[in-house]
Amino acid sequence: MSEAADSRIPVTVLTGYLGAGKTTLLNRILSENHGTRYAVIVNEFGEIGIDNDLLVESDEEVYEMNNGCICCTVRGDLIRTVENLMKRKGAFDAIIVETTGVADPAPVAQTFFMDDDVREAAKLDAVVAVVDARHVQQRLKDTKEAEDQIAFSDVILLNKTDLVSAEELTGVEAAIRKINPYAKIHHTERCQIAISDVLDRGAFELDRILDLDPEFLKKAELAHDHECGPDCDHDHDHHHHGHDHDHGHADHECGPDCDHDHEDTHSVKSFSFTVGDLDPKVFFDWINQVTQLQGPNILRMKGILSFKDDPQRYVVQGIHMIVEGNHQRDWRDDEKRESRIVFIGRELDGAALKTAFEACVAE
Amino acid sequence: MPVTAPLDTDGFVVSASFLGDVAAFASGEGSVFFAGGPETQTPVHKNGLLCATPSLDGKSLITGGGDGRICKVHSDGRVEELAEQPRKWIDIIAAGPQDSVAYASGRTAWVRLKSGEIKEFQLPRAFAGLAFAPKGMRLAASRYDGVTLFWVNAAGDPQELSWKGAHSLVTYSPEGKYLVTTMQENALHGWRLADSQDMRMTGYPGKVKSVSWSAKGKYLATSGAQAAILWPFMGKSGPMGQAPLELGVRGDSMVTTVCCHPTEEMVAIGYQDGMVMAVRFHDNAEVLLRRPGAGPVSALAWDKKGNRLAFGTEEGAAGVITLVD
Repeated sequence: MSEAADSRIPVTVLTGYLGAGKTTLLNRILSENHGTRYAVIVNEFGEIGIDNDLLVESDEEVYEMNNGCICCTVRGDLIRTVENLMKRKGAFDAIIVETTGVADPAPVAQTFFMDDDVREAAKLDAVVAVVDARHVQQRLKDTKEAEDQIAFSDVILLNKTDLVSAEELTGVEAAIRKINPYAKIHHTERCQIAISDVLDRGAFELDRILDLDPEFLKKAELAHDHECGPDCDHDHDHHHHGHDHDHGHADHECGPDCDHDHEDTHSVKSFSFTVGDLDPKVFFDWINQVTQLQGPNILRMKGILSFKDDPQRYVVQGIHMIVEGNHQRDWRDDEKRESRIVFIGRELDGAALKTAFEACVAE
Repeated sequence: MPVTAPLDTDGFVVSASFLGDVAAFASGEGSVFFAGGPETQTPVHKNGLLCATPSLDGKSLITGGGDGRICKVHSDGRVEELAEQPRKWIDIIAAGPQDSVAYASGRTAWVRLKSGEIKEFQLPRAFAGLAFAPKGMRLAASRYDGVTLFWVNAAGDPQELSWKGAHSLVTYSPEGKYLVTTMQENALHGWRLADSQDMRMTGYPGKVKSVSWSAKGKYLATSGAQAAILWPFMGKSGPMGQAPLELGVRGDSMVTTVCCHPTEEMVAIGYQDGMVMAVRFHDNAEVLLRRPGAGPVSALAWDKKGNRLAFGTEEGAAGVITLVD
């Protein structure tokens, strides 16, 4: 995989609810790029500026794979569009897929892993969600898709920040973090953002798998002047403890700036567990089993693992039932050897996952 | 080794064909290149050429492109525009009887009759492949979960053939008894049209992207493995219960394109590494026609008599190989 990575065309998937600012972001990318030519796959032609770029209209066609797995879905139209684009390899350098506001991002992402031809020609770089700071809370209450889009993303543009108060923004960010604590969040107005923060992220490359170190995330958030109120449910340490955002627990009280949803309509939660050296055989048996059985509920999974007597870090990532992993590099002397795994999903039993992961520890 | 007249195109060779004695190569960049005719190259499509197929009389090449145009390209380089669907990518095309042409984009297909009249057909999901029946104006459209058979001129409901999964290419056997599709998973599906009997053909390590019927429709040759896989269709129940032929087996490269000889029991096989071989059915005798290089073989075509073979690769190499002078 990694050897062929260089020649494959990078693909960025843009998601976000209608009106959040996807088209604004797309136009920004297309107008600000210097020398990069894009093939842009859209659901319908909108007001998109395309001087040197290819624009393709494509009806979203979600196909189930004939393997008995309900979450193994791909976008048939994307398979065909990528095949067609490969007949004009010299005409563009990167692909951007804009999805409709109500689209489930999983089939889009899975297309780049499940279809051999597409996988050979193109590599998924990142899923980018544009979120409307003013309306996202309502969307999260109304729809499953808005939640899925956030849960699935590697990069989130929290857009239209000029239209909300600082308190509201804090609440919105807390709500997003509750669904996906690992995505990189950028606050934007009219999608003003450095293109390098959106493109070429390598979010699905095992070689570049994001450090799952909570310190790193904390820093990223502090850079955005994020401050939580004293009673905010946004738990900065929860990565350590596999805190499952169980809103029923006794000692939780919400403060005024907490936008914690009391009806608990957020069904997507994230879990992170850290243990020491793992027994690879036990771990692989477990991860294969858990992704087979709970695949439909697992939206994203990432891990950096330490196998007993193995000098190298092992990295894994997954979408639903698709899991891939590889050795990444030698553990450095100055880093602590440990195994950390993150699940973002719906109706996951955090306690059971934790127990099972801990059972993979080498004797 | 047979004599090869090489030719460089400027892009992915989408199709190769003989228009009379002239070899024509359609390039993904938008032009058609010729060997052996008065013209060497003619630009056809502005936004990429996505599909091409020779007309049934073998005199012209029908092309579809990213500019939404459907064109008829003659061997002397003349280009006639048959139709245009603005802003659509025309990536599926089929040539039919009486100079008709079918083409599709997304959930709509059109048939342009010789008179210039255009008929429109809709499906709830995208069209994936088109093929005309050998007799009568009947159009098969592969799609998600099966195939729909439309009557082009007559009223009446289309016939549905169902099989779960995403179907890609569709092809009628030459005498019209069978319909076969390639599938998203590594398999073929077929129907005996008399009674809609299903036939599954599986076991491929890769997706099947090239199919070709042998002379008189005895075998269907297919890509998708490290050999050309030929399913026998001469019995009453097609390939059911029978093992396919495996020709031109190689341990180190996949077959990407197949093209059966028009009269002999022989198939030209193109591989992932650019090699081309001709292989005889009954004794697996192999003749090397082209050494590896310049990308996977993406197009093969025999001339009418089967004396010459045109080939093209994904990286733009092309040529005409003469087997018999």
